[in-house]
Amino acid sequence: MTEAYIYDAVRTPRGKGRRDGSLHEVTPVRLAVTALQALRDRNKLDTSLVDDVVLGCVMPIGEQGANIARTAAVMAGFEQTVAGVQINRFCASGLEATNMAAAQVMSGQSQAVIGGGVESMSRVPMGSDGGAWPVDPAVAIPMYFVPQGISADLVASKYGFSRDDVDAYSVESQKRAKAAWDAKYFKKSIVPVKDQNGVELLDHDEHMRPQTTMQSLASLEPSFKMHGEMMPGFNAVALQKYPEVEKINHVHHAGNSSGIVDGAAGILIGTKEFGEKAGLKARARIRSFASIGSEPTIMLTGPAPASEKALKRAGMSTKDIDLYELNEAFAAVVLRYMQALNIPHDKINVNGGAIAMGHPLGATGAMILGTLLDELERRGLSTGLATLCIGAGMGTATIIERV
Amino acid sequence: MINYAVDSDGIATITWDMPGRTMNVLNEGSMAAFADAAQKAVKDPAVKGIILTSGKADFIAGADLEMILNVDTSDAKALTEQFSQLQKMFRAMETSGKPWVAAINGTALGGGFEICLACHYRIAADNPKAKIGQPEVKIGLLPGGGGTQRIPRLIGVMAAAPVLIEGKDLSVAEAKGMGLIHEVVPAGELLARAKAWLMAPSTEKVSPTYTKGVTLDARAVQPWDKPNYRIPNFAGGKVWPGGVEMFIGGNAMISGKTNGVYPAPKAILSCVYEGLNVPFDTGLKIETRYFVSLLRDPVSKSMIRTLFFGLQEANKLARRPKGVPKQEYTKIGVLGAGLMGAGIANVSARAGLSIVLLDRDQASADKGRAHIQADVEKDAGRGRLTKERAAEILGRVKATADYADLKGCDLVIEAVFENREVKAAATKQAEAVLAPTAIFASNTSTLPITGLAEASARPANFIGLHFFSPVEKMPLVEIIVGKQTSQETLARALDYVQKIRKTPIVVNDSRGFFTSRVCGAFISEGHRMLKEGIPAAMIENCARLAGMPVGPLALNDEVAIDLSYKIMDQTRRDAEAAGQKYEGSGTEDMLELMVKKLERFGRKNGKGFYEYPADGKKRLWPGLKEHFKEREELAHGEGPAKDAVAAEVKKRLLYVQAIDTARCLESNVLTDPQDGDIGSIMGLGFAPQTGGAISLIDQVGIAKFVQECDSLAQKYGSQFAVPKLLRDMASKGQSFYGAKSKAA
Repeated sequence: MTEAYIYDAVRTPRGKGRRDGSLHEVTPVRLAVTALQALRDRNKLDTSLVDDVVLGCVMPIGEQGANIARTAAVMAGFEQTVAGVQINRFCASGLEATNMAAAQVMSGQSQAVIGGGVESMSRVPMGSDGGAWPVDPAVAIPMYFVPQGISADLVASKYGFSRDDVDAYSVESQKRAKAAWDAKYFKKSIVPVKDQNGVELLDHDEHMRPQTTMQSLASLEPSFKMHGEMMPGFNAVALQKYPEVEKINHVHHAGNSSGIVDGAAGILIGTKEFGEKAGLKARARIRSFASIGSEPTIMLTGPAPASEKALKRAGMSTKDIDLYELNEAFAAVVLRYMQALNIPHDKINVNGGAIAMGHPLGATGAMILGTLLDELERRGLSTGLATLCIGAGMGTATIIERV
Repeated sequence: MINYAVDSDGIATITWDMPGRTMNVLNEGSMAAFADAAQKAVKDPAVKGIILTSGKADFIAGADLEMILNVDTSDAKALTEQFSQLQKMFRAMETSGKPWVAAINGTALGGGFEICLACHYRIAADNPKAKIGQPEVKIGLLPGGGGTQRIPRLIGVMAAAPVLIEGKDLSVAEAKGMGLIHEVVPAGELLARAKAWLMAPSTEKVSPTYTKGVTLDARAVQPWDKPNYRIPNFAGGKVWPGGVEMFIGGNAMISGKTNGVYPAPKAILSCVYEGLNVPFDTGLKIETRYFVSLLRDPVSKSMIRTLFFGLQEANKLARRPKGVPKQEYTKIGVLGAGLMGAGIANVSARAGLSIVLLDRDQASADKGRAHIQADVEKDAGRGRLTKERAAEILGRVKATADYADLKGCDLVIEAVFENREVKAAATKQAEAVLAPTAIFASNTSTLPITGLAEASARPANFIGLHFFSPVEKMPLVEIIVGKQTSQETLARALDYVQKIRKTPIVVNDSRGFFTSRVCGAFISEGHRMLKEGIPAAMIENCARLAGMPVGPLALNDEVAIDLSYKIMDQTRRDAEAAGQKYEGSGTEDMLELMVKKLERFGRKNGKGFYEYPADGKKRLWPGLKEHFKEREELAHGEGPAKDAVAAEVKKRLLYVQAIDTARCLESNVLTDPQDGDIGSIMGLGFAPQTGGAISLIDQVGIAKFVQECDSLAQKYGSQFAVPKLLRDMASKGQSFYGAKSKAA
């Protein structure tokens, strides 16, 4: 099998996903173009060597519709021979896009592919695409559909994480993100977003709240209590699937869940020969990757089995991984992952995560893979695993090794 | 059956008046006759408009349930064709080009209201007794005559939900308020007003979808057939995206409310969702397909059989011995003015009887009477009773400590402390003043009646009347026939139960009778599961998810764990005294631990399987996890393996009751399967979707049930040992209800 190498990884900063966010005025196509052009320009890449652009996007409708990957490739000024495909693995779309890019390379069918993702959550809000899963009674009821927040609270209730546990994790995430930004650990990957005149719009993650403390979080009301207990009563649905849980403890709120933000990311993947042709030095190789299905109602516990599957395929165990990145969709997701795989906190999300910096749905997977690679290089370590929990009960994981 | 007349103004009146019935119903005969009349009216060029009404006190009560119960469900295609006929007839009415008015003189339910919905205008008489609605969901069905399509298109999905999904009965005024009826008029003006609406000059012409360009008087066109029709209260007038949020919430609410065991509400919501996404005629097809799926689901037939026909027969005293003159009651006595005694006195006084409520001293008796007073005053405060009627009820209750006051009672019901000596003394003292013909009944829940009758000088008149708590709410009375109880006494006791408007079942004497025994089996199975390492929450939740009102551990807390211990201990002593081997339930050690070591007696001392914090809701006692370690794969498992355990827990909790009910039939404690079904649902709240504890066995299929119980017995013990009765029936391919056209 051909080896797939990572040659570069870039991301935009994450703008607050609201009307007053710095990137709200930027169309999602331009966010994606920013990432693609950065990969081209900083690597002096001849784009005719690139076969395809695979971009994750979770709300592919409206201005994110009509295959935004192809639109972005053309608008970035890539050679017209570069194809584009948009994919949707919900929250892991950015990582899945990278894996699919790697798969094209590993199978010998492409020499270089860009994987990545884009999401402007401020312009195309979550839930815009509808879907049968929550809406159609013939699907929602037998699948025991509950919103993710209820699932996150179910994870906490079933696996015994208290409000203090999830809040403490979140305070630490903010602290780590602040320290990493202060020490400029992200500088290798960040590509500021500029307007058409080259004026900078945003050069840092603007969602962070480094002043967060246990006391400040304590004042926040749980976000999903009303939906769970009162109208329309999603807890009763969750407990049908999880009767061993007496009661759902609503611990999650805006301060210990991932932030809503805008952003895009791209990762350049290719064969050894491509690197030689393009004059680029490989930074890491893709050891293995996996996506799995897990139970859809609790929804968010897929990262552990996905990681185990990827580890097994790579012939590795958790001991062989130097650093982990798990998307901080909700604090309990990370706490459960550490509990399930017995991973110490000082090896996972060492520079913070989405609770502090935000989770631009389609892009996050590619962003955390880039963050993982940067940190392995900075620490002089070798192996890393990036993974995300996914809607409807899935998990995706990727293992990389520096070369 | 269907009268047809056309007047000189060209107004046809079609009057439903089925001979030999007090109510009009939709069945093959009446539907065919109506179709003829409707066609005549539509084809006759002299007819300008049509009034639909009834010649009876009520309009149309709905479909004939006997027809539904007996329908052959083997051929889905044929059923689909058969059950789309009504819809087609209704659709032909509303697209006939002539205006139709429903003149609703009284109750119009189910198909009886759907026919009104197919009319262009609905006028109702201001009849306070009239009920309007779609109650199909209550018997596991859906409105299959276009109701799921017309009602949401008329009033919006949110407003339609209580009508379609809860099957709520509406008064005429409520129906008008919701927009289901256009006008309410005095009864005498009903037909004149209907005609006036038809005779008014046309003001608007529209071109409906089905005429391909031809315009019609707007009065003869339904809203959903008009151009630019929009679903009410959805932004944009469509499901996507305006109605999406409502369906997301609706799915969760239905899922939570039905616990996944009732198929009808889900099917109704699907009809609405899928039907509103497509043109009206396609929506009707969708409705029929879901209707057929419910007909073919055993739940609907089980519910119709037990909750409609079974209940009707029980209330008509199907088990009453023949040839005994009906007993009219005027005065009865109740011994013991505690919660049960006062409750029995309350329901009896409300039924028009005079009550002597007796306790050991006047203060105790007065306390019982005060309970009744509080209850009637609460009802008076809420407008459910008039002040006069409340006073009248209370006036009929005499509280006393003097046995002499029982003189002249036709019946005395003893509800004193559950102790043989106390009961024997009460029996003797009462009988001393009673007429020799009077009945003496014991409200014991556990003590065998034959033994209690030993204290009686006239055991033929001694019987058990087992009420359930709270008496005011619980509909069942379990009548226990002792060895010496006469058939006449049974007949007269049944007359009393009918008088107080409760539902009777008749059982023969045995330890725990029927209901208490089956209730004990349910609780013991919960104990065993806890010992096996099944999390307590899973036991409790699964019981509810199987259709039970509460879990076995919560139930045990209510009836008291120390009582379970005492019963177990007594049973063990009795066996030893009789020189028999005590079989045991395998949960003796757990009862010992809870009662003797931990002093957790249940709700009564605030410590049971649950704890009862003063400031909040009860919750499972955390200490259970220390004494009964939870299986790791259940505490930390997700997915099919854990789901399979949950499914088996649900099955065990229902099967353990069903098989014990079958044993009651085998040992003649129960004499008819229907008593087992009515008794289990009305007395124990047994999963109504099954049609009862015996009906469940039929639903599963006896052969499969036997096979499953054999395997459960091997894994979990003799509580699942299959009685010979079932094994025989299985080998002969029999069922309890299969051969019967209805439960009769």
